[in-house]
Amino acid sequence: MHTGTRIDIDRDVCIGAGQCALTAPAVFTQDDDGYSTLRPGREDGGHGDAMVGEAVRACPVGAITLSRQGG
Amino acid sequence: MTASSTSSDPSSPSASATAPEALAAEPSAPVAFPQDRTCPYHPPAAYDPLRATRPLARITLFDGRPAWLVTGHAAARALLADPRLSSDRTRPGFPVATARFGSPRRRRTALLGVDDPEHHTQRRMLAPSFTLRRAAALRPGIRRVVDGRLDAMIAQGPPADLVAAFALPVPSMVICSLLGVPYADHEFFEEQSRRLLRGPSVEDTLDARDRLDEYLGGLIDRKRTGPCGDGVLDDLVRERLREGGVDRDELVALAVILLIAGHETTANMISLGTYTLLRHPDRLAELRGDPALVPAAVEELLRMLSIADGLLRLATEDVEVAGTVIRAGEGVLFATSVVNRDDTVYADPDALDLHRPARHHVAFGFGVHQCLGQNLARAELEIALQTLFARLPGLRLAIPADRIPFKPGDTIQGMLELPVTW
Repeated sequence: MHTGTRIDIDRDVCIGAGQCALTAPAVFTQDDDGYSTLRPGREDGGHGDAMVGEAVRACPVGAITLSRQGG
Repeated sequence: MTASSTSSDPSSPSASATAPEALAAEPSAPVAFPQDRTCPYHPPAAYDPLRATRPLARITLFDGRPAWLVTGHAAARALLADPRLSSDRTRPGFPVATARFGSPRRRRTALLGVDDPEHHTQRRMLAPSFTLRRAAALRPGIRRVVDGRLDAMIAQGPPADLVAAFALPVPSMVICSLLGVPYADHEFFEEQSRRLLRGPSVEDTLDARDRLDEYLGGLIDRKRTGPCGDGVLDDLVRERLREGGVDRDELVALAVILLIAGHETTANMISLGTYTLLRHPDRLAELRGDPALVPAAVEELLRMLSIADGLLRLATEDVEVAGTVIRAGEGVLFATSVVNRDDTVYADPDALDLHRPARHHVAFGFGVHQCLGQNLARAELEIALQTLFARLPGLRLAIPADRIPFKPGDTIQGMLELPVTW
């Protein structure tokens, strides 16, 4: 994971399983309704948190996407 | 015996494996599914040939109907997340795994038996009550329940049946408290749950469901007209039923699923997890020596035990998997015990290894139906197993391991009894 990565969460798809927050708790959390949300300042991919990729894989509904930002 | 060495374990799958080359050379005959386990913590020996034909196999169900069995990890994750596979058990042709569920007048099963968008609405309604934060907040209460049951068991023993004294009452008390169901009624709903999941006939299963519907319907009616507590059902009555966001029948169906799934599955994981650790003394010593290993141990036990072994779907369109086409109208089952031992994902998959990265197993399923209560289940299992082995350093089986009865293959896996002493 590089700092040039952007994380997007599709809230229409999220079922609130919490697997992203369980796997990469420094980057993801759940709001009171159970929706996955990014911790403040982590929209850039979690500063290279190695568990972000694992969190993406752990999501049962594929609600999280990583994309490289230009440059 | 060396706990991690499967070759020294006569019950291990590898001991009875047939030559994989011969099986790979030509399509094998359909395997009957489900079958009974030979050792309660390993897949049935009869499934060994299925490992050679990953990711799919042909199976025959109890009624003679053919179906597909998914056995590969990547295929299982892809198919469990595929909306072309339906979970709606009322659809004509939906596969039936055991005679007791083979009723023509099947009623709707909430959550796990409905598809999106109906499922998504139900799931989102319940998700706030099953977040990681809510599970963490329940931990002190779970600790009190676990200690209370152990106090009572220790006061009356040794010996004890760990299923009756600990494994069943702990999750039963926890889910009652969470939902707002009186634990005083536990003998009634545990018995109906047993009949529903393991009863002798279709009639017995239907009668158990009727009684649970009647019981939880009455409870919900009392909450609607009288004082409300602070349980999940109370919240749903207050915020949804009274506002018209859910109707009574749907709420009763949800309550039935939450109550059954909330205690049966965790109870089985506690009893079978305890048995498995007692049968792997080196791993148990390792776990006792390092409490930080507990979450990883729970994850590994979830992977290895795969107690919900036979998830059901119906293909509503043609779906191609690894060069094979599953046709619309065909039944698709998932052998989680075989999927979770895919050796392309888990090295030495038959060994209990508390240090392996066991995550990404499908013991809780995958896709939109992945277990709603998994965060609660992890909290309960971590506290129950850690406290049990910490408080009873001399815990051991009270009778020879091979004489302890476990559940047949057509229901959730677990121990029927677990006689222990300490």
